[in-house]
Amino acid sequence: MSNGELVIQARDVRKVFRVGDVEVHALRGVSLDVRRGEFVSVIGPSGSGKSTFFHILGGLTPPTSGSIHIHGKDLRAMSEADRTELRKKEVGFVFQKYNLLPTLTAADNIAIARHIAGTEDGDDRQFREVLGLLGISGRLGHKPAALSGGEQQRVAIARAIVNRPSILLADEPTGNLDTENSAAVLALLRDLNARLGQTILMITHNPEAAAYGSRTVEMRDGRIV
Amino acid sequence: MINKLVVANLKHRPVRTLLSVLAIGVEVTMMLTLVGLSEGMLEDSARRARGVGADIIVRAPGTSLMSLSSASMPQKLMDFFAGQPHVALAAGTVVHPIGGVNTVTGIDLDEFNRISGGFKYISGGPFRRPDDIIVDDFYAVQNKLSVGSTVNLMNRNWRVCGIVEPGKLARIVIPRATLQDLAGATGKLSQIFLKLDTPAHTNQVIAALKEKLPDYQMYSIEELTSLYSVSNVPGLSAFIGVIIGLSIVVGFLVVFLSMYTAVLERTREVGILKALGASPGYVLGIVFRETVLLALAGSLLGIVLTYGSRWLIMTLVPASLTQKIVPAWWPIAGAIAVFGALIGAMYPAWKAARQDAIEALSYE
Repeated sequence: MSNGELVIQARDVRKVFRVGDVEVHALRGVSLDVRRGEFVSVIGPSGSGKSTFFHILGGLTPPTSGSIHIHGKDLRAMSEADRTELRKKEVGFVFQKYNLLPTLTAADNIAIARHIAGTEDGDDRQFREVLGLLGISGRLGHKPAALSGGEQQRVAIARAIVNRPSILLADEPTGNLDTENSAAVLALLRDLNARLGQTILMITHNPEAAAYGSRTVEMRDGRIV
Repeated sequence: MINKLVVANLKHRPVRTLLSVLAIGVEVTMMLTLVGLSEGMLEDSARRARGVGADIIVRAPGTSLMSLSSASMPQKLMDFFAGQPHVALAAGTVVHPIGGVNTVTGIDLDEFNRISGGFKYISGGPFRRPDDIIVDDFYAVQNKLSVGSTVNLMNRNWRVCGIVEPGKLARIVIPRATLQDLAGATGKLSQIFLKLDTPAHTNQVIAALKEKLPDYQMYSIEELTSLYSVSNVPGLSAFIGVIIGLSIVVGFLVVFLSMYTAVLERTREVGILKALGASPGYVLGIVFRETVLLALAGSLLGIVLTYGSRWLIMTLVPASLTQKIVPAWWPIAGAIAVFGALIGAMYPAWKAARQDAIEALSYE
């Protein structure tokens, strides 16, 4: 385990959804510490609360109770606008379905993340290095429809890390990829973690994929087991 | 960057974009054509009034300058005016509506020739019979008339005796006595034109005449032509207002439907933007920029279409309607189109901005 500073500190995080008259307890007291530079794999069956936990960590939805701190900032005390700010700079998302904007080229998909975060005029050296590492420099002028799944996911990773977030949240990043592309994307995430010290939390069903992380935690029925 | 996304979104659905632009273009053309017709026809009327060559026009008490008035002035007044100081010539006319915006004017040709210098005949010549009719070139072309043709007006056949250059008094003229008989206005006139020995005396003569005939309406031709404006035509401003209101409604509906479907279709993309940290304001900005771009493109198209509508009018009904291109109204019509479009985009934009990111990301 890394001895870096705490990037995520979650204590007894609970999330209850109301579906009609029924209360759904998606998280039933999740506690987790993640230090800078860690690559944590989160495994568990469908419905175990992995995605809900990620959505809370990414500021997409607030927890119902418990405490959760990202870089010392208390998520429960954050307003909607504060969580928007968190997503701009502190968190980067990688989704199973890539979620690139279909009307923009790969380069513009990455550029819009910088535009939203207001970092367009920043230093490009590290970004160029990342692009080199991702191996997509020659495909940046293409729209997502012209890219393979593996290429789209690399663009999505580039977009997620372009603003140098504290945490990269990857939700089943290889779920739509074949074995070869899955291995390439996982190796890429491991490289980003090793070379750039990028903190990564990755959801996966696949134990082989989970093995790319430096630590694995398992979720079941809304708890870490 | 945001502009790139906006343009890319519009290009992504070219048919929807083109239809929206076309609908806004028609909205703008509707406004510009109406204003152009109003101004064009008033200007045309002013030009024809100037073409008479008179200095003063007299109309009966209580008549409106802009509306058609029945022949209600006694013809004997001509002698009175002819005897006034500085009045060199007087010519009386009878104006009778024949449907739509068209009128037929009865004149005494000799009297009219003296005051105006006479018509310039393209073909044919003056009246020779009581049922002769003189028309201007526009009317002849529109109705495919030539000298010797028969034209039916006021339930009666007329023989075209002359086709003249446009721009003098009226498009259709017939002998005054005939029209007075037909209109049941024997010995009555609609208006009297006065020519002075020198135009410099115009105001002085009007003042003197008003003392003697205080109820009659008298204007210098200069004043008359300046009064030919939209605001002086009863009801016209209100009519234009109604058309503008309808245009705003059309723009609102078109943009509402267009942007609403666009926002629904892009639910997932809104979720992606929100996951990247886009604020509700950022999402609103995208929808509103797209809307403004559609409205501006529609306005440009509308301006171009206005030239098309003018060509159509000039080709089909040159004698009935005259459309002017009014560049001063381009920014006004554009602003109205943008305003209507922005109102139409409000709900879709609000819906997009309020979209829950997690729900949007799971939208298929």
